[in-house]
Amino acid sequence: MTRQATIKKLTASPLLWPAAALVALLAVNLVLTPSFLSIRIQDGHLFGSLIDILRNGAPTMLVALGMTLVIASRGIDLSVGAVVAVSGALACAHIASATDPTSPGTVVTATGIALGAAVALGLWNGTLVSVFGVQPIIATLVLMTAGRGIALFITDGQIVTITSPPFKVLGAGYAFGLPVAILVSLSVFALVGLLTRRTALGMLLESVGINPEASRLAGVRYRSIVFAVYVFCALCAGIAGLMIASNISAADANNAGLWIEMDAILAVVIGGTSLLGGRFSLTGTILGALIIQTLTTTIYTAGITPETTLVFKALVVIAVCLLQAPKFRAALSRRRPRPQPRSGPPAPATAIPPQATPSRQPTGPTTQASAMATK
Amino acid sequence: MTAPVSGPTDAPVVHLRDVTIDFPGVKALDGVDFRLLPGEIHALMGENGAGKSTLIKALTGVYDIDSGSILVDGVERRFSGPRQAQDAGISTVYQEVNLCTNLTVAENILLGREPRRFGRIDSRAMNARAGALLGELDLSIDPRSTLGDHPIALQQLVAIARATAVSARVLILDEPTSSLDAGEVAELFRVMRRLRDGGTAILFVSHFLDQVYEISDRMTVLRNGRLIGEYPTAALDRVQLIAAMLGHELDLLEEIEDAVATGESTAGESVLSARDIGRAPGIHPMDLDVHRGEVLGLAGLLGSGRTELARLIFGADRATSGQMSVNGRPTKVRSPRAAIAKGFAFSSEDRKREGIVGDLTVQDNLVLALQARRGFARPLSKKVKEDLVSRYMEALDIRPRVPSALVKNLSGGNQQKVLLARWLITEPQLFILDEPTRGIDVGAKAQIQKLVADLAGDGMGVLFISAELDEVARISDRITVLREGHCVAQVGTECTVRELTSLIAGGGEL
Repeated sequence: MTRQATIKKLTASPLLWPAAALVALLAVNLVLTPSFLSIRIQDGHLFGSLIDILRNGAPTMLVALGMTLVIASRGIDLSVGAVVAVSGALACAHIASATDPTSPGTVVTATGIALGAAVALGLWNGTLVSVFGVQPIIATLVLMTAGRGIALFITDGQIVTITSPPFKVLGAGYAFGLPVAILVSLSVFALVGLLTRRTALGMLLESVGINPEASRLAGVRYRSIVFAVYVFCALCAGIAGLMIASNISAADANNAGLWIEMDAILAVVIGGTSLLGGRFSLTGTILGALIIQTLTTTIYTAGITPETTLVFKALVVIAVCLLQAPKFRAALSRRRPRPQPRSGPPAPATAIPPQATPSRQPTGPTTQASAMATK
Repeated sequence: MTAPVSGPTDAPVVHLRDVTIDFPGVKALDGVDFRLLPGEIHALMGENGAGKSTLIKALTGVYDIDSGSILVDGVERRFSGPRQAQDAGISTVYQEVNLCTNLTVAENILLGREPRRFGRIDSRAMNARAGALLGELDLSIDPRSTLGDHPIALQQLVAIARATAVSARVLILDEPTSSLDAGEVAELFRVMRRLRDGGTAILFVSHFLDQVYEISDRMTVLRNGRLIGEYPTAALDRVQLIAAMLGHELDLLEEIEDAVATGESTAGESVLSARDIGRAPGIHPMDLDVHRGEVLGLAGLLGSGRTELARLIFGADRATSGQMSVNGRPTKVRSPRAAIAKGFAFSSEDRKREGIVGDLTVQDNLVLALQARRGFARPLSKKVKEDLVSRYMEALDIRPRVPSALVKNLSGGNQQKVLLARWLITEPQLFILDEPTRGIDVGAKAQIQKLVADLAGDGMGVLFISAELDEVARISDRITVLREGHCVAQVGTECTVRELTSLIAGGGEL
């Protein structure tokens, strides 16, 4: 293959923009805090901002993986945040009431109860959507509202704090020098990747998402597949709930997993999977989740007040989504053939107020490439 | 055959001249001329895919025409949207009434043109004006009542009143009677006649032949995007009309029937035998047998139940009566999946919605049914997949020969071939083909017809549905004739296409 063809293939890849955005964000961070990329070893564990991003992003990553499959099936799951809360609440409530909160047996039972409940909630969603044909957004909205209530009920409206070193491993522990949370998320990523791409599941799922009726007539088990993705998504949310509760050694029914459904959906969309269903990219989703987490970290390190955090998130998200929108891309490429007479009026660029800069930044792949080259 | 009438004296209010609309891979309208005169009810006739709705959409500004011209009152117009067509006096009432059911009748009629006083809507004047409009149509509906409280038939009449409120000189009614009962149809026809007598030109589309003969003054017949002719209703009897719609001049039929006679049956034992199979209310219980190595044709007009019957057999819809046996053994087919397990295959008439999975590649589309039957846990190996794909792309001449191309980017004919190949890969014993040649170019059509004959020759049982009678007659060994959900005749190759036509038109009496 010629070099030109390789470049063409690379630029045609839907992963290009999310990857570029992530690199750009990391570059911004490096400017803000020169020690950003440095990783040091302490007590055999890796430490550093990058590791923090990975560990803090692990729950979102996990939920986003489940969400990717649901969205690929033409659905959406708004209830993941509530499932996170329920799972954490159940685990902590069990450990708190156990005679020996520190024994591994208690933690295993607690994990089992929490994940069992998550699967049950997934079955509920799956039944509503695939058996009764309720619109996914409505079906999961039910649990989004009710789930947090259930979690509050489990914890009696209190924050349940526990002291259980074995339980702390999942969210705050280390193995092979890396946080356990990220290892879990990456294993699930690998597992789902194998399951969807090494078997025919991915193709059948995409087929269902693109054209449910044609798939049904071709003999695809439409219902089972839709059912399964909701159960899987809830299971992912359940594990994420355990991670969050484990990390803070407490179950906060009000705030655990709050807005995580939004972050997960954003991660999926930034990763290039269309909300209309069909073709999906797990790698894209992982990139998307990392972008969101890096963004959050960037905002903190840049000293921006937490109140404006969401605005900055929104700007980056808009930029990435616009870059993926076919119409916007068409408009861009229509402008591109005219760079020669640019020597004329560069007026619009200067006329644009500063807040537009973040959204413009990723539009020029060359600027980014050169920015990277200088590093 | 009746010759098309020569120029009437009135100047047409709408005149399409040599209009062509190209869709990727198929000409939806191909050099069509069409004239609508003031004060007439004009029926637009044709089977599915003949170009009726395309013509209407060209007239109402939904589609842009690729060549030709549209003249309204002798002035050439180019509509870039429905609004412009409306401003030119062309109004459409669609099958699905698109009014606001939560508003009053008067608000619906005058929506967007409400009389105002001091900047606010003058509801008294509005009700009065709406009442007057309804009165002109001789309709006694309270303009202040909520639209949603009225039955669909009345809502439709309100939609017509709304169209006349825009002072429509051209009114297009697209299948207005499909959800009305006999009394409501009579009421609708009364209003239509009244409007016609007032000089409005009405374009009427319906697949109920009785109604067309009752109400229309003239008719235009389209087939495969081409104009077949323009006739006074009185000059064209039903058999002639159906012959025109389905695709042959009557004298031509005689030639084709010879071809039918040469087809010899190689039928073996029965693959499918259905007794009293039906689905209330549309499909009345009927018997059906398909044998190995045989092509059973299903003939009938649109709405006769030909597609519905095919879906019943394949399990896409549940039958409400009857039993089926496959290879002599009684079986229940409750889902397409169960049907596929029995060795059935079904290529739907609605290629886009029920056939292709557009955003997947040709390769994935080809192996979809086989992979679905194997289950996700037993993926086809890369090599097996590539072998199958290249073999079938070659055999069916699917172009371009690129397995990684997205199916949605293929032409209609090639998409159809992909679907056929998808099923052939599963090696079915019964292949149900619903309109496999619709909307595809002539070359692909001939290839598919030959393929069907070859498949039967190799021992497959084929159930073949087509709106084109000569095609059914040419390919089939036996033909079951359907009319309004009843099986009206089972005929062999000795039946002439002329007889077939009158069977379809007359419901069994020869």
